[in-house]
Amino acid sequence: MTLPTTTIPGGAASTTSRSQRPAARGSGQQRWGTTVILILCAATVILPFYVTISMALKSGEQAVEGEAFALPSPVSMEGFTTAWALTDFPRAFTISLLITVVTVVGTIILSAMASYAISRNWERRAFRWAFYYLLGAMFLPFPVLALSQVKLTGMVELANPLGVALLHIMFQLSFSTLLFTAFLRSLPGELEESARIDGASTAGAFWRIVFPLLAPMSATVGIFAFLKSWNDFMMPSMIIADPSLQTLPVVQEMFQTQFSNNYHVAFASYLMAMAPAIIAYVISQRWVLSGLTQGAVK
Amino acid sequence: MTTSTIKTSTDATASPPQAPAEPPPRRQRTRRVERVYLWFLLPVLVLFTLAITTPALMGIFYSFTDSVGFGEFEFVGLNNYLVMFSDPAILSAYGFTIGVALSTVILVNVVALALAIGLTSRIRAKTALRTIFVLPMVVSGIIIAFVFQFIFANTVPAAAQALQVGVLEESILANPNLAWISIVLVTTWQAVPQAMLIYIAGLMTVPRDVYEASAIDGASPLKQLRSITLPLISGFILINVIIGFKDFLSTYEIIVGLTDGGPGTATRSVAMTIFSGFEDGDYAYQMANSTIFFLITLTIALIQLRITRGNARI
Repeated sequence: MTLPTTTIPGGAASTTSRSQRPAARGSGQQRWGTTVILILCAATVILPFYVTISMALKSGEQAVEGEAFALPSPVSMEGFTTAWALTDFPRAFTISLLITVVTVVGTIILSAMASYAISRNWERRAFRWAFYYLLGAMFLPFPVLALSQVKLTGMVELANPLGVALLHIMFQLSFSTLLFTAFLRSLPGELEESARIDGASTAGAFWRIVFPLLAPMSATVGIFAFLKSWNDFMMPSMIIADPSLQTLPVVQEMFQTQFSNNYHVAFASYLMAMAPAIIAYVISQRWVLSGLTQGAVK
Repeated sequence: MTTSTIKTSTDATASPPQAPAEPPPRRQRTRRVERVYLWFLLPVLVLFTLAITTPALMGIFYSFTDSVGFGEFEFVGLNNYLVMFSDPAILSAYGFTIGVALSTVILVNVVALALAIGLTSRIRAKTALRTIFVLPMVVSGIIIAFVFQFIFANTVPAAAQALQVGVLEESILANPNLAWISIVLVTTWQAVPQAMLIYIAGLMTVPRDVYEASAIDGASPLKQLRSITLPLISGFILINVIIGFKDFLSTYEIIVGLTDGGPGTATRSVAMTIFSGFEDGDYAYQMANSTIFFLITLTIALIQLRITRGNARI
């Protein structure tokens, strides 16, 4: 399947360097036409964000007019304060963050461990089967399993954020194991063996030598797990039974009727829910872009 | 980069001749599996079996019963499946979902390929533009759908009135025949970045000299696109089409945010009908629906697997 050749260590770095080379080479003859067209397309991407920000900053009287493009005058923070209290933002944020952190950490650790066991025993049939077994979930969209999972999580007292985090990890396993295994199989085994000669156990060699080497792949796996978990609506809305334990995206849906025509409150709430992921992305965008490219090409 | 680190550290640790406490454990084919590997793998397999495999099998089991989700039930054989194939609500949901998925796949790939070609050519502000184009990938589908819901319900009709465009003066979300267009547009808006990143990676594999040579021969940019770019990245196009189609079949959140299945049931997707299984008491019936839905996605996935294997470079 995904051949180890495509996942050479440092692949992320090579993608970025390759993408920048043509730009540097052709810096003398920029294509202005293309640039202008692309900037116009970028405006379509920016538009909904502009609408969100400008609506969120309006006062109640101005927002109710529903004029998306009019600039806020006066600039008002009332939308934010109302939304903060109405949706109990701190609580929803904490729950979303909790689920996301557990998912990211759990996905990286569990799939790295499983992939290590699989790749170092690849010649054994049972381990290869385990690999294909884990891969199977890639073909199972959540709607197919939803009804049974709701029933099962209810039975074992996991109809809560923890249950959602667990399911998020399980749904990320296939993709993450695929990435890690391909990477590990291209990693020379001598490295751990020399550590083992020095007296380290297999587990010790994994944690101290192999796991740090996996960092670029862990970043990719982590970014995808973060985005899937932080932005998910379907699973928390189906699994979490107690509405007061809902995540940020679900809370936006729950409060639709209460927002009604208070557009400034609604958009302030949307903005607060979207902001953490956007800020994280903009800060680490170079890193995230190469990670996303790595993952996307798999 | 990483490769060199590996080399040096191997040399460093391997060169001092340590007393060989045990013979170097090079691939012990016949020996027993080291127990630690089982500790690494088994917990994951157990959790996976409980969280994914069990519900999958449960679903198939209940699809042959008349269960309402709790209490007693009886086996009804293939009855649920037979009823399904003549149920207008289910058939229209499948028709709608497949139609939206196909339209979205086409639109996403055209836009993503165009952007990828633009972003890999000699342009200004490349990093900034790429950062912006990936932005839709990092936001929640349902929230962005709510934002677009406002735009389609208020901004577009207001603009249409000002510009005297009759068709758009009423919100397309309220029109049973046009509401699907809003779903295709918003899904496309969010799905373009992933396809675009795959295309950018694909375009990087095309050697630059090929273009230079053909430019010397006088080939127009359009001709270059048709006879160089498209054939050389055909593998990436195929993968994008299949992955996209599979993803868009499960469309749910964007519909919830835009139309919530309405007006009436005009935009109800398969996922939405499945989720209704709890409220409407037709649990077993929707399990049958899930099973059919699974078989469809599985078929697409198997096609994907075959193609990925054929294209070793992907």
